[in-house]
Amino acid sequence: MNRFDYVRPTTVEEAVKAIGSAANARFIAGGTNLVDLMKYNVERPERLVDITRLPLEGIEEHEGGLRIGALVTNSTLAYDERIQNRYPLLSSAILAGASGQLRNAATTGGNLNQRTRCYYFYDEATPCNKREPGSGCQAIGGVNRIHAIFGTSENCIATHPSDMCVALAALEAQVRVTGPGGERRIPFAEFHRLPGDTPQYDTTLKADEIVLSVDLPDEGFAGHHTYLKLRDRLSYAFALVSVAALVRLDGNTIGEARFALGGVAHKPWRNAEAEAFLTGKPATRESFEGAAEIVMREAKPQSENGFKIELARRAIIRGLTQAASGTPQSQSDKRIA
Amino acid sequence: MLIDSGSPGAPATIGISLTINGEVRELQVAPWTTLLDLLREDLDLTGTKKGCDHGQCGACTVLVNGTRINSCLALAVMKDGAEIVTVEGLAKHAGQDGAMHPLQAAFVERDAFQCGYCTPGQLCSAAGMIAEGHATSREEIREAMSGNICRCGAYTNIVDAIEDVMHAGAAR
Ligand SMILES: Cc1cc2nc3c(=O)[nH]c(=O)nc-3n(C[C@H](O)[C@H](O)[C@H](O)COP(=O)(O)OP(=O)(O)OC[C@H]3O[C@@H](n4cnc5c(N)ncnc54)[C@H](O)[C@@H]3O)c2cc1C
Ligand code: SF4
Ligand code: FES
Ligand code: FES
Repeated sequence: MNRFDYVRPTTVEEAVKAIGSAANARFIAGGTNLVDLMKYNVERPERLVDITRLPLEGIEEHEGGLRIGALVTNSTLAYDERIQNRYPLLSSAILAGASGQLRNAATTGGNLNQRTRCYYFYDEATPCNKREPGSGCQAIGGVNRIHAIFGTSENCIATHPSDMCVALAALEAQVRVTGPGGERRIPFAEFHRLPGDTPQYDTTLKADEIVLSVDLPDEGFAGHHTYLKLRDRLSYAFALVSVAALVRLDGNTIGEARFALGGVAHKPWRNAEAEAFLTGKPATRESFEGAAEIVMREAKPQSENGFKIELARRAIIRGLTQAASGTPQSQSDKRIA
Repeated sequence: MLIDSGSPGAPATIGISLTINGEVRELQVAPWTTLLDLLREDLDLTGTKKGCDHGQCGACTVLVNGTRINSCLALAVMKDGAEIVTVEGLAKHAGQDGAMHPLQAAFVERDAFQCGYCTPGQLCSAAGMIAEGHATSREEIREAMSGNICRCGAYTNIVDAIEDVMHAGAAR
């Protein structure tokens, strides 16, 4: 790990000032991603700004929904009664991720800003445009079984690894941030970005901005939801493909359907056309297959991850089926049925 | 600002206070020292193990303010003021001075280890998990304990031991 200096502010104002006070300063919250990356020399901050003493730990009622402070841990959030009752999709997605110990340390703001698990990104000895812009992308044509099938560029094919964010994308949360330019709210779909020509940027958050909260709208689709995660082992592994599905039914007709995919793109992946296709259709397998078809038309496999196309297609169909029938997959229930 | 270690390039050690296994310790730490390295290298509390050093195995699990975390990914300086319990203090923490913690006794009874390398982490993790109170069924225990890898594959017996303690209602 590189040598760095350490500051521990107690107000947001001091934290924002501190992040601007050194080139390459980083906020640290749970540390479960940043400390790991520092051990691999992928991150070499000159200064760490410990934000764990800032007053951002509450979950409060806000505009009919809930405002989740950036420092609320993944465990606290997943087991909060209001979240479990009103936004069970979010609870389930969080509990699908990492491990009990990691979720106890990991924070909401840190989860949003965690970096890709691309092997080359982690390996200092290999070229990687995300780690070192302009050096090349070793994953294209290399070992890319875990990489993206949507929204890739010739510069980067990495995925965003979060489970929580896939649920937040489907729920259409907003991310409230502040910095020298003042406070703003970013719609969740615009928080993470596609790699394009600048894969070094994962998000639209500016380097001197801090996440204050994630704001959930009032509609939580509590009756019809599921988070389905498919991976190489049954727990404590990142998603190869995941799907967060939400459905509102009028009788057996779909009033509204939303679904976001994880593990397949540089951001949680939604497809407006496929969701619109479902509106007014009967909640049947045929409808879900039609929606999956629309999404998968855009998929572009790499040399080793073609299997994700069929896996994602089936995950969409199963996810929508579970959501529509009100039978969400429990994260302790490993049966495939 | 509560703490400022100085200008960039001139890092200093920082004074912190930790209660470790019931004992208050005033310590000087470099900001890049992990809690795991502090425990093992500086305080000679080598019960807590380093398996992967990257959050991937759970061998380094300790309780911080009663909550289980991976000490390899925690910077010691950030835990200033916290109460730390390691495997060395688990029994004492549960008011079992002199005797084993119920989980330790159950692990022996159920033969819940082979080489024992993962065991301190398993014990602290299980104590934390029981205190969390979310897992009851065997499936839920398995899921909640998935952050602890056992290379010897003692999983079945580990879950048996934890179930024994949970059903006896004796763990803390
Ligand atoms: C072995 C392992 C397995 C994992 N498995 C999964 C998984 O299956 N699913 C999953 O979703 N995740 C998984 N994770 C990742 C885990 O969820 C993240 O590491 C965690 O959410 C990061 O949160 P943190 O608070 O620890 O962030 P930190 O490590 O403290 O910070 C991460 C980044 O976010 C920035 N940051 C933190 N807070 C703020 C803020 N308020 N404003 C602006 N920037 C901020 C930091 O500067 C840093 O760049 C796994 C991690 C490990 C180590
Ligand atoms: S996919 Fe992206 S993160 Fe991975 S090597 Fe290529 S540029 Fe780097
Ligand atoms: S040593 Fe910390 S999780 Fe492996
Ligand atoms: S007993 Fe050997 S690793 Fe678990």
